[in-house]
Amino acid sequence: MCGIVGLLVKTPALREQLGALMVPMLIGMTERGPDSAGLAVFGTPLAENERKISLYSGLTDDGADFNWLGLTHELKGHLGVSATVEPKGNHAILSFDIAPTVVKRWIKEHHPRLHILSTGRSIDLYKDIGTPAEVAARYGFTGLTGSHLVGHTRMATESAVTPDRAHPFTAGEDFCLVHNGSLSNPNGIRRMLEPRGIRFETDNDTEAACRFLEWRLREGDDLETALQKGFEELDGFFTFLMGTPDKLALIRDPFACKPAVVAETDDYVAIASEFRSLAHLPGVKHATVFEPAPEEMYVWNA
Amino acid sequence: MERLTFDLAAQPLRELNTFLHTGAKEGKVGHVTVLNPDGAHNIAVGLDCPINVEVVGHAGYYAGGMNKAATVTITGSAGTGVAENMMSGKVHVKGFASNGAGASAHGGLLVIEGDAGLRCGISLKGGNIVVGGSVGSFSAFMAQAGRMVICGNAGDALGDSLYEAVLYVKGTVKSLGADAQYEPMTDEDIDAVASLLDQAGLDHDPKAFRRIASKRSLYHWNADANQEY
Repeated sequence: MCGIVGLLVKTPALREQLGALMVPMLIGMTERGPDSAGLAVFGTPLAENERKISLYSGLTDDGADFNWLGLTHELKGHLGVSATVEPKGNHAILSFDIAPTVVKRWIKEHHPRLHILSTGRSIDLYKDIGTPAEVAARYGFTGLTGSHLVGHTRMATESAVTPDRAHPFTAGEDFCLVHNGSLSNPNGIRRMLEPRGIRFETDNDTEAACRFLEWRLREGDDLETALQKGFEELDGFFTFLMGTPDKLALIRDPFACKPAVVAETDDYVAIASEFRSLAHLPGVKHATVFEPAPEEMYVWNA
Repeated sequence: MERLTFDLAAQPLRELNTFLHTGAKEGKVGHVTVLNPDGAHNIAVGLDCPINVEVVGHAGYYAGGMNKAATVTITGSAGTGVAENMMSGKVHVKGFASNGAGASAHGGLLVIEGDAGLRCGISLKGGNIVVGGSVGSFSAFMAQAGRMVICGNAGDALGDSLYEAVLYVKGTVKSLGADAQYEPMTDEDIDAVASLLDQAGLDHDPKAFRRIASKRSLYHWNADANQEY
């Protein structure tokens, strides 16, 4: 199973309420995905030369007691970089103004069990094992602000229940993907991408789809072209929801085996696996509600 | 006859379904209104007495499933498997319906005023389905008995491996499935379509529909066919 949710607010005033509107959506998908949950939220981008990375310390010895401030001191000492950190227990957002590859390489070398969840100017990413309500409370999802987000509740079928195999998956910068379904050719996709220098972090099938699409975007495809190539190359069942700094995109496989429903008003576009995750949204009784067609692309601009 | 209202924002779904399975059979209540369905699964499933149930809003999976004798109306949309395995009675969806609508229905009438998703009427076993809009791919797959009236268009592989169910389509068909073929409309067909449209409350010219039925070439194993059908 698995549940997916997405929310894009059109009215700028609603950006402050993005998290509060989304949490019941995520919790509404608990029966579809009780073992892990996560979300990626997109907000106002940092300056051109700045980057932020979302980090997860749950797999380190210190867990939620990880010394995040100490990490910034180490970065200052080793790389001479002034990084700022916003910790939330086993999660932190680290911001700095040098090339992210340098910082990430240093982290992998000195803190190999620290998991890098996302990189970019706009994206913050949270994911962990636990019910959606537990994960939402752990990271204070209700207080999140931004223009759009992509969320997921997981019922694992293709790989183990661990924080790094929870969704969303990311690749490159400011790109994320959540998946309801199961791919039948993820290993073929991996064998195609790995010789091109693209490295995988898990054995999860969704990671293959995420890295494939990000690779196409990096090769110069626009989102629509990349998604079209996804239809041609990715085999299996999927409803994919993807986020970029200014877009939310949805596709379903040709057999539409995995559900999705959209509710759109003048104020927002909300997407969920089932209507029960949309029922609480303000004005939903008068929203345009529809089921996205299989093998069609739905792209909304933030 | 009395009327009863269940508000699913305040009452558990089980309270509604328990009443419909027990108290409703006493015959005193003729009409039940269900408020705030909010996409809940299994609303008004397994009914077996002649009662009217009106669901005001969007229903989740399997609404009106296994229905017998009752009339279930959904004012919004219905999730996967609406009226699945219906035996008799009527399920009427005013909005759209998701995948597998009316799957394996043995009897009764399913009306969907909007579009239906994929696999509508899959393995139909004698029920009737009228869709005001279009149906998705693989609809009426292996449908054995009963009729489907499609006022809009149909997706790919309509009526694949059909048995004795008969399909009537007004719009375009993206592709027919294996062993399905167009056949001429007889007066009987026109009467059947007119009657079903009338029961569904939809206004279309019955003469504008095309009939699709089985070629029956898959009925017997043909060792020489070399899997080419």
